[in-house]
Amino acid sequence: MSDPVTATRNARFEGFATVTDTGPRGMISIRGDAKVCAAAAKTLGLALPGPRAITAKGDLQLAWMSPDELLVICDYDRAPELAEKLEKAVGENHSLVAVVSDARMVFRVEGDRADEVLRKLVPADLDALAPGEMRRTRIAQVAGALWMVETGCYEVMCFRSVGVYVFDLLANAAQHGAELSL
Amino acid sequence: MSHRIDDAGRLIDRTRRLRFSFDGRPMTGYAGDTLASALLAGGQMMVGRSFKYHRPRGVVASGVEEPNALVNLGSGSRLEPNQRATTTALFDRLEARSQNVWPSLAFDIGAVNQLIARFLPAGFYYKTFMFPRVAWEKLFEPFIRQSAGLGRAPDPEDRDADRYEYTYHHTDVLVIGGGVAGLAAARAAAAGGAKVMVLEQERHWGGRAPVDGGEIDGLDPDAWVKAAVDELEANDNVTLRSATMGAGVYDHGYVLGYERVADETPGDGRPRHRLWRIRARQVVTATGALERPLSFPGNDVPGVMLAAAVRDYAVNYGVAVGRRALIVTNNDDAYRTALTLSKLGLEVAGIIDARPAATGALAEAARAAGLRVMTGKAITGVKGRRAVTGATIANLDGEGGEEALTCDIIAMSGGWSPVVHLWSHCGGKLSWDAAAAMFRPDPARPPRGADGAAFVHTAGAATGHMSLSEGLADAHAAGKAAAKAAGAKATRKAAPKAPEEAQQPLQPVWIMPTNAGPAKRAKMWLDYQNDVKVSDVQLAAQEGYQSVEHTKRYTTLGMATDQGKLSNINGLAVLSDALGQPIPQTGTTTFRPPYTPISMGAIAGEARGPLFQPLRRTPMHDMHEARGVQWEPVGHWRRGYAYPKSGESVDEAVNREILATRARVGMLDASTLGKILVKGPDAGRFMDMLYTNMMSSLPIGKCRYGLMCSENGFLSDDGVVVRLSEDSWLCHTTTGGADRIHGHMEDWLQCEWWDWKVYTANLTEQYAQIAVAGPKAREVLEALGGMDVSKEAMPFMTYADGVLADIPARVFRISFTGELSFEIAVPAHRGSEMWAAVAKAGAPHDITPYGTEAMHIMRAEKGFIMIGDETDGTVIPQDLGLHWAISKKKDDYLGKRAQERSHMVDPDRWRLVGLRTLDGSVIPDGAYAVGEGLNANGQRNTIGRVTSTYYSPTLAKGIAMGLVRHGPERMGEVIDFATLDGTGTVIKAEICGTCFYDHEGAKADV
Repeated sequence: MSDPVTATRNARFEGFATVTDTGPRGMISIRGDAKVCAAAAKTLGLALPGPRAITAKGDLQLAWMSPDELLVICDYDRAPELAEKLEKAVGENHSLVAVVSDARMVFRVEGDRADEVLRKLVPADLDALAPGEMRRTRIAQVAGALWMVETGCYEVMCFRSVGVYVFDLLANAAQHGAELSL
Repeated sequence: MSHRIDDAGRLIDRTRRLRFSFDGRPMTGYAGDTLASALLAGGQMMVGRSFKYHRPRGVVASGVEEPNALVNLGSGSRLEPNQRATTTALFDRLEARSQNVWPSLAFDIGAVNQLIARFLPAGFYYKTFMFPRVAWEKLFEPFIRQSAGLGRAPDPEDRDADRYEYTYHHTDVLVIGGGVAGLAAARAAAAGGAKVMVLEQERHWGGRAPVDGGEIDGLDPDAWVKAAVDELEANDNVTLRSATMGAGVYDHGYVLGYERVADETPGDGRPRHRLWRIRARQVVTATGALERPLSFPGNDVPGVMLAAAVRDYAVNYGVAVGRRALIVTNNDDAYRTALTLSKLGLEVAGIIDARPAATGALAEAARAAGLRVMTGKAITGVKGRRAVTGATIANLDGEGGEEALTCDIIAMSGGWSPVVHLWSHCGGKLSWDAAAAMFRPDPARPPRGADGAAFVHTAGAATGHMSLSEGLADAHAAGKAAAKAAGAKATRKAAPKAPEEAQQPLQPVWIMPTNAGPAKRAKMWLDYQNDVKVSDVQLAAQEGYQSVEHTKRYTTLGMATDQGKLSNINGLAVLSDALGQPIPQTGTTTFRPPYTPISMGAIAGEARGPLFQPLRRTPMHDMHEARGVQWEPVGHWRRGYAYPKSGESVDEAVNREILATRARVGMLDASTLGKILVKGPDAGRFMDMLYTNMMSSLPIGKCRYGLMCSENGFLSDDGVVVRLSEDSWLCHTTTGGADRIHGHMEDWLQCEWWDWKVYTANLTEQYAQIAVAGPKAREVLEALGGMDVSKEAMPFMTYADGVLADIPARVFRISFTGELSFEIAVPAHRGSEMWAAVAKAGAPHDITPYGTEAMHIMRAEKGFIMIGDETDGTVIPQDLGLHWAISKKKDDYLGKRAQERSHMVDPDRWRLVGLRTLDGSVIPDGAYAVGEGLNANGQRNTIGRVTSTYYSPTLAKGIAMGLVRHGPERMGEVIDFATLDGTGTVIKAEICGTCFYDHEGAKADV
């Protein structure tokens, strides 16, 4: 048996910042009202994120996607089992829980100037972004989301089918000589 | 002749000599030069020829307003036409060529146009060349195209060698302009705690002040600028960006900045230009002012320049544009030029002041310096054709004896116009200041944001303040107000101080001499680049043009690449005079972004080559590519059209793929099909509304083909629906329909049925899907190992979850080919693994990957419809004979009532039938069935059209489906399809059923 692979298997680019494919990530979409969301957060042992927030504990993350949608980010292998657990937890309440691990990709952009790579592609105000927030936004011509892991380190999420496009965008923006010197 | 002088040139570095070429001639300049200053330093006064008359033209200005000094810059993949020499920084090995010259700059055949100038008046396009019609096409247009036009376009096969990018930026206060006003405004805003960005179009800070002199806070302007920039740079809240022009101001505080990053270092790998896409809470435009020319006869001869430009070249670049200068002015400012030149030891032939007396401090200083000041005078003529050799002067009205003066440069100043462009881009209005003879921003009618409050402020000369003391106070106030409006504090610090200057008001002079006759007026240029003269504007007025916008287009005044930066005010003043109305009644033309042209590369940003558009790739994309697939774009997806083997044509490959699938087994990448999960207590009800057929009754574990219509009844999408559980359904959509249908569902759920308990999720990308079709399909799945795929365990139109080849899989028993068929869905990250496993398991049966074309033909052989072939947005399911998929039991579904409208039930609607050509040939795509007689336009009447037509390798002949009038009632009849070759021949086809292969469906249900 071989391993699951992303669209840009092991891709890495080193420019004035480093761009890497973080490999398969577990993801679960949850839709439901406040009660469902609270139950999901409790099941995961995570704080319920407020608007645009992302909470974390260990290798689990829980992101606010919209007023009735959450996204769990976890180990790839754990997603199906965790999804089952979440379905049980929300019980009879109207909800939708779906594993979406394979529909997405996550890239990491690292370096002192990592923000400058994103400033070229993302219309969101990066100065206003801090750890604990997820920004759903646009990456050049496609939808995406990003969050700051720590200073000098961001993760960028996009759909799998445009994984190559987004990696190429990030690598292009990170080329030496294109520093913004802000 | 222009030349380099010592003891001046604050912007150049004389230790760094740069080589460049102009029209192939090697020249040198210094680091810090502009191309214009380097050309002038090398004695190159004439730089091009005019657009219409091919008159010799020289540099007029020193900045963005330059109309004449446009060059072809670079060569090959870096050739760019219409580059302003005045804003092009010199770099080593720069190549420039003059424009609009043929065969050469010095000798130009087009100059004969001057001899026929009276045939090229305003609007000549609409007059001289009107008749006869044939002459336009054969004679006039080719002649005009040869002689007109500016730069040379790059070779269409060349690709821009450079790269470009965007950068997004958010700020509280954006200051556009880094002159002393902009710096003062930025300091005030930053002092209030605002996040500030300052854009300066030049590579150096400070604008005009260091050239014009004066004193700020006890310092000379250069020292003050340096201190202010140092202070701002040290502030973490401030971003300074030189070589970045504020190009446009738009709604919601959106501003475009145009940064020229690597123009001077071609090929160094850096992005050449960067487009800043800025969101600012407040904008301060500190864009300065532009000097106006004076309209005297011969004012376009090389050597006639703006007075301020003459001193810019001297002070900034150490270039004397001539040896003996004549100054002509209607205001105090031009005296600065006289004083500067005199101080540098250059000869000043005299100062001609249109005003009856010159009493300002600068005029007194000029007199004290021993310069000749002549008041109440005008230039009545310029001597010289390719270079100024002298001028004649007389009284302002042209009367009195003419005096001839020798000079090689005429420095003119007709007053200053605030740069109101960026204020005006987003709706800021102007008011006419008669005393200062200028349009200035009207603070009572500013550009307003969504909250109704002003979001643009002007500062300094851009407000109309032409003295340092007033300008600095105004700029400080603007920065302070902008910071406060952006949510920061209003600083309590004081504005920078400059001594008061007593100025004598200017006297508006729109033509010089004021009583000039027709011959002189035909030599007074308003728009140098488009060759528009005072006489042209007056003629337009005489011919009835009143609106300034119409006059602009009729005469082409201000329509050139400089967008009338020099000519607009003079032109509309002449128009107002000709119309006998005050200037504000005439008004200005519209100021539109960008302020000066920006490169197409910057607008495209990174979106070129592989990044031009996002390409959607399936998990098996690389495997198809490795096999030499022929791609087909489907939306942003790439799908395999066919897999030709070496030496095989695409058509041959398609036929082979079909025959292999029908005989043994084939495999298709079906990952792009839309997969939308619909779940909730009201999901069944929702599904019944979405689809024409009944979906709520579908048993769990079963699949059903369904149709979706728009509310107008037209067939919009189709696909197999799967009942997953009591409250959840999985909807397959077409490849192109996935996002659209998901949006359609959410639209109804959010806007109409907001109280229905239904959630949807677009899971299209979660799964890789592989169709395995053909008589050997089951054997292939069995060889993969895992779940039971027998007929008993998994009958036709059912699905099951399980494991295949150790990969979790959901297997559907559905068939689009008519063969025994399975569709295997696995997590996308394991798609390529499953594709390889299927290929391996199928190898004993010679499993054949097939592409979309084989899929299309196989479904057509079965008579299955294809959205986009059989449908085009005007077709309802009933047209396609799909009544069986339309529930009669349901009260409603989207499109139901529309389908009951009279035209929808009209028996004359074209309806779907199969078509069998009598000679076995293939009907051309899109062919029409022709009927008897002609329509009102004399065209053959049509009675139908082909929707799908293919060569069927299975049947070894052409097959087709088409929509035909009364088609289903005409089975067995032969109708004519027009060929498209223009011979008028027809293809005869017999109307038959739509299914050409396995009518009973026995092959799929095994």
